[in-house]
Amino acid sequence: MDTQILIYIVVGGTFALYIGIAIWARAGTTGEFYAANRGVNPVVNGMATAADWMSAASFISMAGLIAFVGYDNSSFLMGWTGGYVLLAMLLAPYLRKFGKYTVPEFIGDRFYSQAARLVGVLCLIVISVTYVIGQMRGVGVTFSRFLEVPSEVGLYVGAGVVFFYAVLGGMKGITYTQVAQYCVLITAYTIPAIFISLQLTGNAIPPLGLFSEHAGSGVALLERLNQVLADLGFNSYTEHHTNTFNMVLFTLSLMIGTAGLPHVIIRFFTVPRVADARWSAGWALVFIALLYLTAPAVGAMARLNVVDTLWPGGIGAEDGALAFEDKPDWMVTWEQTGLLVFEDKNNDGFIQYYNEGNEEMAATAEGFGWAGNELVRLDRDILVLANPEIANLPAWVIALVAAGGLAAALSTAAGLLLAISGAISHDLIKGAINPNISEQGELWAARISMALAIALATYLGLNPPGFAAQVVALAFGLAAASIFPVLMMGIFFKRINDIGAIAGMLSGLAFTIVYISLYKGWLFLPGTNQFPDTPEYWLFGISPLSIGAVGALVNFIVAYAVSRVTAAPPQEIQELVESIRVPRGSGPAAHPSAAIHH
Amino acid sequence: MTQESGTGAAYWRANLRLVVFCLIVWAVVSFGFGIVLRPMLSGIAVGGTDLGFWFAQQGSILVFLVLIFFYAAVMNMIDRKYDVDE
Repeated sequence: MDTQILIYIVVGGTFALYIGIAIWARAGTTGEFYAANRGVNPVVNGMATAADWMSAASFISMAGLIAFVGYDNSSFLMGWTGGYVLLAMLLAPYLRKFGKYTVPEFIGDRFYSQAARLVGVLCLIVISVTYVIGQMRGVGVTFSRFLEVPSEVGLYVGAGVVFFYAVLGGMKGITYTQVAQYCVLITAYTIPAIFISLQLTGNAIPPLGLFSEHAGSGVALLERLNQVLADLGFNSYTEHHTNTFNMVLFTLSLMIGTAGLPHVIIRFFTVPRVADARWSAGWALVFIALLYLTAPAVGAMARLNVVDTLWPGGIGAEDGALAFEDKPDWMVTWEQTGLLVFEDKNNDGFIQYYNEGNEEMAATAEGFGWAGNELVRLDRDILVLANPEIANLPAWVIALVAAGGLAAALSTAAGLLLAISGAISHDLIKGAINPNISEQGELWAARISMALAIALATYLGLNPPGFAAQVVALAFGLAAASIFPVLMMGIFFKRINDIGAIAGMLSGLAFTIVYISLYKGWLFLPGTNQFPDTPEYWLFGISPLSIGAVGALVNFIVAYAVSRVTAAPPQEIQELVESIRVPRGSGPAAHPSAAIHH
Repeated sequence: MTQESGTGAAYWRANLRLVVFCLIVWAVVSFGFGIVLRPMLSGIAVGGTDLGFWFAQQGSILVFLVLIFFYAAVMNMIDRKYDVDE
């Protein structure tokens, strides 16, 4: 069957499935809309959390990030998984015991301050809106590449599907669609990886294949990769080339940022008991690890595959390069997207791919009559999407990868939209503007804010601010510097009071925003930065991407110091902290009445 | 201090001890073996590279997994011991 038709069938089939689930799992109360009535099995919630958390970036970009940098980008692997240890031990069980619906609600109640709650709302909206732009772009790009429709049409279709199941089903609908989306995305990710691992190492399990013998050369795969990269003048794959201190801080920032993301935290409000929140974090990491253990294998193997394909007559040999006319089909297809660009600089009809920035290599190349690296652009996002084509897999695998990329983007978008709509309808409308709103009134407010959030996300996806990619750094920094510390202190330090918490959040935020802006520009406007964003200018070698961990430290210190010199929190707040620290009393029995009163 | 809050304090101390232990392991495998202490592990070869690389790309994730399940299981026992389970 024609690949194109197959892609339409598979993508259309998955969309029909998501909509079917939405109709089956409609939300009738705010309890269902915000927290799926706290009736979600911990394993099911773990799977939904995995889909919620793994975005277009994890599915499409991460293997490429590892592939083109190697060891130094291991930060992404450790950072984006290590955050779950913090969630499981420092936040999730206690916030579940607290038993409310949103993250700002906890901040407002624990610090007995409407102002603190509103600062929480502000942080949540900035973080979540930023993320959602990236997801909508991911939907548009996947559509335009695989379904051959304009990116805008793809965006509208994606937004329509999310609208349907998120507005109708709220957390309940989103939970069960995320489970389906996880199944689609993990299948789509692992099948091509298994085939590539078999081809290169004979081992059907990619994470084991990564450390196995390379079938073609008889040496270890990673040794072989280091060898061919050295032949072309590139950095070794497995060695450490960057600043160690910065790598530690970057990893820590990703971990703390992960644990502080509101759309991930609220997923743990849906399980029946405190103990389930702990187990559920473990299950979430099981399902995330299936992809995160596969990604570095995909990265290394795809990089080796690309080099081998481009140098059929010997890596870096004078006559070893691939002729332009012998390019495999996948290269031709991807050239049309502009994400892959070749240029025959010396007009010899062959593609010389090497590191022209390496002096020794450049000298050798000049001796051979090469005029520079002719693989001008190889976008890191191609690797995963082109994997099935690179490995010559059947058309249905290509269709599955298209559906997988869409599932990853849509599932994360829905989670983010729910966090945003909850902050607006529950924290702003019910919490601040109209506390007497009825149950049905709040449910409608939640649906309308969800619809508006989708409209905003679609608009921003169509007209992305030029700085969309940069803002992701800001979002992680903000989550690390504001939300994580205030939640953790609220649970672990009884003495932290309202003034301390607000001072801590604001100073952590301000510090992080100022440091990022000094290097990346104020409001990310080009030319407004004071220093070039290069390692020589970074304070103590700390990249703006790694500053979130320092911002978190600033937050902790300020909150502690200010609380020490101001009045202790009132007795009932101390009792609230005591009560969230013990699991007993969280039972689902409380919720039918909670649903009526809320 | 009442009898009840005395038990509560002991329960909380037991929880904190467990959390601190788990977070030490968490930091040692990722920031330690995966990054800072990697040169010390460079003598231990693993599939074409060294143990530090393995910890950075696979080992720490596997240890994180074990840690969370270990924490959840031990906390369940502590909950029952101090009679605060659900």
